[in-house]
Amino acid sequence: MDKRKLVQALFAFTTNAHVQGFLSGKIYKGKLKNLCVPGLNCYSCPGALGACPIGAMQAVEGSTKYGISLYVLGFLVFVGMLAGRFVCGWLCPFGLIQELLHKIPGKKIKVPKQIHGILKWVKYFVLAILVILLPILTVDQFGLSTPFFCKYICPAGTLEGGIPLLLLNKSLQSAIGPLFLWKLAVLIAVVLASVVVLRAFCRYLCPLGALYSFFNPISLYHYEINTHKCTRCGKCAKTCPMDVDVCKTPNALECIRCGACVKSCPTKAITGVWGRPITSAHKTQHQEKSAD
Amino acid sequence: MKTRNHRILPAQALLLAAAMLLMILGIQNGEAQTVLAKAVNICLECIGIG
Repeated sequence: MDKRKLVQALFAFTTNAHVQGFLSGKIYKGKLKNLCVPGLNCYSCPGALGACPIGAMQAVEGSTKYGISLYVLGFLVFVGMLAGRFVCGWLCPFGLIQELLHKIPGKKIKVPKQIHGILKWVKYFVLAILVILLPILTVDQFGLSTPFFCKYICPAGTLEGGIPLLLLNKSLQSAIGPLFLWKLAVLIAVVLASVVVLRAFCRYLCPLGALYSFFNPISLYHYEINTHKCTRCGKCAKTCPMDVDVCKTPNALECIRCGACVKSCPTKAITGVWGRPITSAHKTQHQEKSAD
Repeated sequence: MKTRNHRILPAQALLLAAAMLLMILGIQNGEAQTVLAKAVNICLECIGIG
């Protein structure tokens, strides 16, 4: 098992370590659920120890007292500023599930560039409309609103929460209706898409990935290309599972920092770096200070 | 992974500080309690039966 898979598996287990929930059909009710986890992980998963940031965002927006959640927004900006979509590549349990699904043998599809170029913007629409605007703007007579993304789209909620809870909890089974069938259909579509297209949900639908992507160009952890070493052989772009032209845009919005390009580069021209390079001007200032 | 000859830019530090401030303000407003109240109960919408 490579290092990234190990980290993904460990993180998925750590954030879903309430093992007895999977046996009893009851979710964890402790204080840790005050805290958000960085990845997409439904808080109604029987094993979940923390809160899904997208669910938490909608929960706060949908209550009578608040608009957009400062707490969740602050958390997401903080994580995004640290590492951008590194979370998608290393820490998101639903990302791991999709990668495992993609290992199922069968035909694999590379989405044509033009179609990918259009579809990749859908996740930003999902973030803006379903996660932010609709929960804030559509408030009912009691001052509450619906978590639109969780209710109508989120396949992680159906897979991690809905299916195990319905299997383990007979009282919930009687409540199955058209909404569950719709969500099951979305889940099946995402599972099938993930088998043929790597991380189909991350690429085109995930609002969390959309939000973190804004931080890729400015996050502390980022990729740098050593232009003296780079021979422009194009191996990085060919290897990239997210179809990023790493040589041209090492910190593209789509990059999930999986490190495939770093491994594939024959001249070791790509490196993952914390912090921004000290320019020659800064170096000079630093050297002058040191000399003083 | 390199760290030498690299530093946090002022704009990055500012954004990190702003993010922490937002979190603190949100917690003071009681948003963490709202998150907890939602997360400790089965979210019927999330699992598709609400």
